[in-house]
Amino acid sequence: MKALIIGCGRVGSSIALQLQREGWDVTVVDENEDALSRLGEHWPGSFLVGHGMDVDLLREAGIEEADAVVAATDGDNTNVVIGQVAQKRFDIGCVVVRVLDPARADFYTERGLRTVCPTKTAIDTLTDAVRSCEIPKEKIRA
Amino acid sequence: MYVVVAGGGKVGANVARSLLRLGHEVTLIEQQRDRFDRLEEEFEHQVQRGDATELHVLERAGLARPPDLVLALTGDDEDNLVIAQIAKEKYGVEKVIARVNDPRNQAHFDLLGIAPTVCATSSIMALVEHEVPEHDLIHLLELRQENLEIVEVQIDRDSPSAGKRIEALDLPDGARLISVMRAGHAEIAVGATQLEAGDQVLAILEPGKEDELRRVLLRR
Repeated sequence: MKALIIGCGRVGSSIALQLQREGWDVTVVDENEDALSRLGEHWPGSFLVGHGMDVDLLREAGIEEADAVVAATDGDNTNVVIGQVAQKRFDIGCVVVRVLDPARADFYTERGLRTVCPTKTAIDTLTDAVRSCEIPKEKIRA
Repeated sequence: MYVVVAGGGKVGANVARSLLRLGHEVTLIEQQRDRFDRLEEEFEHQVQRGDATELHVLERAGLARPPDLVLALTGDDEDNLVIAQIAKEKYGVEKVIARVNDPRNQAHFDLLGIAPTVCATSSIMALVEHEVPEHDLIHLLELRQENLEIVEVQIDRDSPSAGKRIEALDLPDGARLISVMRAGHAEIAVGATQLEAGDQVLAILEPGKEDELRRVLLRR
């Protein structure tokens, strides 16, 4: 199984390492050459330097044979464009897109993109954490 | 009419100024603080500060009315794409014009149905080609009734298509390769035909697809 990860920040690099450990053939693309260091000293997969909206680069990175594409750059708009290109132009079945802005995440989810919104997850988790706190009974309003 | 202009750089600010002069109602959106401050002196309440790809910023600018026209004129193609998609598909804005900064991104705008677009590089190149006789793509025949034309393209060493099979090329819709002439011998172009430097390729296409064909075959 081949996975293409666009964006090698904290998120992208961790996904790449995780999938690689699980047996995926992983290619990572980042604009910054230094991002390769996030993949450790002995990264066995491929790493290409360039912009994820560059179709020639995506081809070079093997998008045509990819089973999964993850758009995880630090730009929401870059991610949703890459995600749509992967889905509509290259017919990739599994496209996952990181979108920090909940409103844009909802908009593109409605449009058939599989978005993951870490902001929403944080909001839910933090809210649940507060709910689960033990508050002294006398402070709970009836 | 009511126009929302996203992006207050040279392009956006001048367009907004011209529209105001013509008597239209305009809201200009600019994200950068220093640029916004300068614009505010001139445009006052008609400029708003914010990221025009955020829904609440767009709503503050009146996208829900909706405007008669939205112009996505920032310096980032991904932002212009998202602004145009949100304006059209979320708010039902009927007319959206988007700026393409990097001509290589034109295909993404086409793919996502964002039209019309304006690209300075492409416009300049169209003028250059008009002024300078072009040798890379020659019009051989116009089939007016069919609305098709036949052109000849010369593949050279630097062409991205050299060494590739035709089936691996991402030819634009409405364009097909007909034949490949190599060393004085012509063959019908099929998927497995591999293009080489020096080939003279005949193609049939819809008028207006020349640039896309050039991009795929020659990257020009």
